[in-house]
Amino acid sequence: MGSNAAENHPISFKWLTEARDKRGAKIISVDPRFTRTSARADIYAPLRSGTDIAFMGGMFKYILDNKLYHEEYVKWYTNATFIVKDSFDFDDGLFSGYDPQKRAYDQSKWAYETNEDGSYKKDMTMEDPRCVLQLLKKHYERYDIDTVCKITGTPKNKYLEVVKAYAATGAPDKVGTIMYAMGTTQHTVGTENVRAFAMLQLLLGNIGRAGGGVNALRGESNVQGSTDWALLYHILPGYLETPEAKKHSNYQAYVDALTPKTGYWQNKPKFLSSLLKAYWMADDPVKSYDYLPKRIDGKHYEHIALFEAMYNKEIEGLIIWGSNPIVGGPDANKEQAALYNLKWMVAIDLWQTETSEFWTYKAVDRPTDKDVYGIKKPEEIDTEVFFLPACNSYEKAGSVSNSGRWMQYRWQACDPVGESRADLQIVNDLMLRIKKLYEGSSKPQDEPITKLTWDYGHGDHPDLNIIAREINGFEVVDGKPGKLVANFTKLKDDGTTASGNWIYSGCYPEDNGKDEDYLARRRDNKDAAYPGTKPIGSYLNWSWCWPVNRRIIYNRCSATPEGQPWVPDLTSIFWNGEKWVGNDVPDFGGTKDPNGPGGRDAFIMRPEEVGCIFSKRNEGPFPEHYEPWESPVKNLLNSQELNPAVVIWEPDKKADPEEYPIIGTTYRVSEHWQSGVMTRMQPWLAELVPNVFVEMSEELAREKDIKNGNDVIISTTRGDIKAIACVTKRFKPFNINGKSYHEIGVLWHFGFNGFANGDPANRLTPHIGDANTMIPEYKAWLCDIRRA
Amino acid sequence: MLKMTNLYDVSKCTACRGCQVACKDWNQLPAVIEPFTGNYQTHETTNGDTYTIVKFIEQIDDVKGIQWNFLKFQCMHCFDPECMKVCPTDCIKQTEWGAVIKDYDKCIGCHYCTYACPFEIPQYRKRQDITTKCTLCYERVEEGLTPACARTCPTGALQFGEREELLIQARERVKFLKANGFPNATIYGEKELGGLNKLYVLTDTPDKFDLPVDPKVSGNIGFWQNWVQPYFGWLIPVTLGASALSFVTSRLLANKAPAHTEGGHE
Ligand code: SF4
Ligand code: SF4
Repeated sequence: MGSNAAENHPISFKWLTEARDKRGAKIISVDPRFTRTSARADIYAPLRSGTDIAFMGGMFKYILDNKLYHEEYVKWYTNATFIVKDSFDFDDGLFSGYDPQKRAYDQSKWAYETNEDGSYKKDMTMEDPRCVLQLLKKHYERYDIDTVCKITGTPKNKYLEVVKAYAATGAPDKVGTIMYAMGTTQHTVGTENVRAFAMLQLLLGNIGRAGGGVNALRGESNVQGSTDWALLYHILPGYLETPEAKKHSNYQAYVDALTPKTGYWQNKPKFLSSLLKAYWMADDPVKSYDYLPKRIDGKHYEHIALFEAMYNKEIEGLIIWGSNPIVGGPDANKEQAALYNLKWMVAIDLWQTETSEFWTYKAVDRPTDKDVYGIKKPEEIDTEVFFLPACNSYEKAGSVSNSGRWMQYRWQACDPVGESRADLQIVNDLMLRIKKLYEGSSKPQDEPITKLTWDYGHGDHPDLNIIAREINGFEVVDGKPGKLVANFTKLKDDGTTASGNWIYSGCYPEDNGKDEDYLARRRDNKDAAYPGTKPIGSYLNWSWCWPVNRRIIYNRCSATPEGQPWVPDLTSIFWNGEKWVGNDVPDFGGTKDPNGPGGRDAFIMRPEEVGCIFSKRNEGPFPEHYEPWESPVKNLLNSQELNPAVVIWEPDKKADPEEYPIIGTTYRVSEHWQSGVMTRMQPWLAELVPNVFVEMSEELAREKDIKNGNDVIISTTRGDIKAIACVTKRFKPFNINGKSYHEIGVLWHFGFNGFANGDPANRLTPHIGDANTMIPEYKAWLCDIRRA
Repeated sequence: MLKMTNLYDVSKCTACRGCQVACKDWNQLPAVIEPFTGNYQTHETTNGDTYTIVKFIEQIDDVKGIQWNFLKFQCMHCFDPECMKVCPTDCIKQTEWGAVIKDYDKCIGCHYCTYACPFEIPQYRKRQDITTKCTLCYERVEEGLTPACARTCPTGALQFGEREELLIQARERVKFLKANGFPNATIYGEKELGGLNKLYVLTDTPDKFDLPVDPKVSGNIGFWQNWVQPYFGWLIPVTLGASALSFVTSRLLANKAPAHTEGGHE
């Protein structure tokens, strides 16, 4: 659901086929249109884009009404037993504590009841009307199957087929997994969509167990790595928060505000301190904390926010590195216009991209006269653009982290072409030159640069072993690297250790001068099993996995409360009377008795130490269905149309459904990659999918007098694009509350460069994002379509 | 010698077309970029620079509803290849292990093989005035490698090995599929035309995959064997230019030329 794995993650799909062939698994595909994944699924159910929470809510209700949840699991490993304070309430789409002016909640209203000693109040019978399980039941009372199907447009029999098949994994001896991708996240309710999956998996006892989980299929092979490494504005490496200027004005203020009193994050100061030592090895972390850039309290810095700021002339320079927003960014016409306001731009990529060439004549062409944001000609643009050619992943060495968190080293296969260089070379050179420019300065404001530790060897390419050892961490002696640490449990908060990223600590625990000292280089493909058990696919000596080579996090849940496997054949870890053993590294105190105190607190990273069915997100503790920002229908479940906590950037761009009655969505195909920079330049791939096309039902085509293969114009309030019609039986109109609505889907890979070229679909998509992450709502918006 | 072949299990194929690209890569074939016409399928059928394609066929099944069938399509390496029989210059040969291959130096581009082939596979490559087709990667196989397509397939839909062993596997698979929601599952290539050196496991009857249910040898073969071939020995010196001959004879056989219309699948 929310993923078209067969097309966009083809390798992952082979394991699904294997599960079906070997273990009788059923594959369910839920998607607005019938895809190549649906073609290989056992059950296919359509849903209208943007109605996932309604779909999930109906499942919760069905599972609770029929008591199909995994009771023991829910009781011990989730917060279903926790009592919530009376100040928590819900009425007509709004939870208690809402401030309509700020479009934000006072989340303290959703607190748990505590005992006098500060521990959480629980009802182990889960019958107290204020316990999470009962509140959950009450919240989803309204999500009956008829209402749900009226919202999602899913035929009732198909919906029931899905619900029944999946709910069956609530049996203790069964496991189910959910694979999701951008179909889930790219909505104004994206975070809550994922939350709903997590809740479903907790209810059915499918987290922390082999074959279970909520599996994010990433947009590219190193998205996991890039988030671990803080390629986002709100985090530092290892998921430490970036400091805000006022709230976290000094080291102690940061530590006090952001270190929880319970759970493993109590160790946060050790990780922060070690990170600061890796950056500024000669300085005391309390001092070097001041060197960290701080963000303005409460200000948005997400992709959309940055482009809004550029559009409003708040930013004058941009380094755009392996990114092509003129094709991949939402509201691409606006993002193109935003670039006109830059004084300079550095673009780093394999080829000239549409973004690095935003100032050329090619970037001016539009299929119609509609010009909402003022497209400029080259002579009207003053931005100075620099282009640095980067090399491809095969032309350099380094590791990538997959969505199972495996840090896999890849060796260089061939030399880079021409003057192209590895990203690391570029960044190393850049920093060395910046340091040179500041050399000799004694100004205190230059200290973050002059004092920065930057020493990765003297070759043309920085030494990967030095970097990996710094990531792993070491003791710091006299401001210099000392002995490597075994893993993050050895990191300290007193400035005596350094580690570039605590979660990766343990990837290079010893230096014996061998290649495999860097554990990401291990390539043992034996799936050894613990004596007396069957292998479960851990491959513990293949590469390395964070944290501490643990393949399944929260694996305490793979055993019963008493510590025995739920299913003998699927033994992850179990209690042998003395310690936890099995086919994985225990995510739990190794000798902690399951029947002793805290012996069932399976979720060590949570302050509650259990999985959260009830949890604080910006729009509430339970996911509630809200319509997408642009929707042709009214919300049937409450009178809030839109997620009450999202930021509205462009109120004037919201489409009137009378004028734009058709639901639009975007997606990818196997044959192209992201914004197409790498694939549209390849003739063989261009041959496979040469043009941008739009998929639509035969019914819509008939209404609009469009024939298969016709050129069509798709319009939104943001712009128009031209595409080729793919009229197909695989898309069907949705019956929403008795009325028929159409949805179309456009490929978003295209731009004006390459052998396969065409209009970027993102000229159509809106500048609005999720309430927690601001991920753009690419997946549901309104448009109209006509023959060109 | 044992026959070596591909087994293509359609129930595992996700139509990623890695095989189509791997084939172009190994054979160093240029891209043939044709505009999108409304179907994911790149070309109506194989062409002079595209030895293998994946077909995309939409179908409504009375019971299951919408079905999207995929089929990797290329030369079938018939046990008894008609193309080889009709070739006037003897440029087509069969290896002991079952690959039907062409010697392009000898090919005169006369199209006879195309018309004779029950699947209309060999296609014309204008820039060299020859007809081309899948080689079953015989150069790779003879060096102990698997064909490029089978090597690249990420789902395990394409395998390569001894035909007898693959047949056993295919029978098992068909049994499994029949018991798991595909009552019409069948093997293709075991008996068709006396046996093909490409095996298919299909989830439905061959017609649902655009394959002839009971492929037949073209009627023109008789015409060819009785009339053209006996005179061929002296036709060559007389007509000198092979292309001229090809022109004349292809006109003779033109009435058999398949009608290649656009957008035949949707
Ligand atoms: S590579 Fe394999 S899965 Fe992909 S299209 Fe070819 S046969 Fe199908
Ligand atoms: S499929 Fe056609 S080209 Fe291939 S061997 Fe048979 S007759 Fe010859």
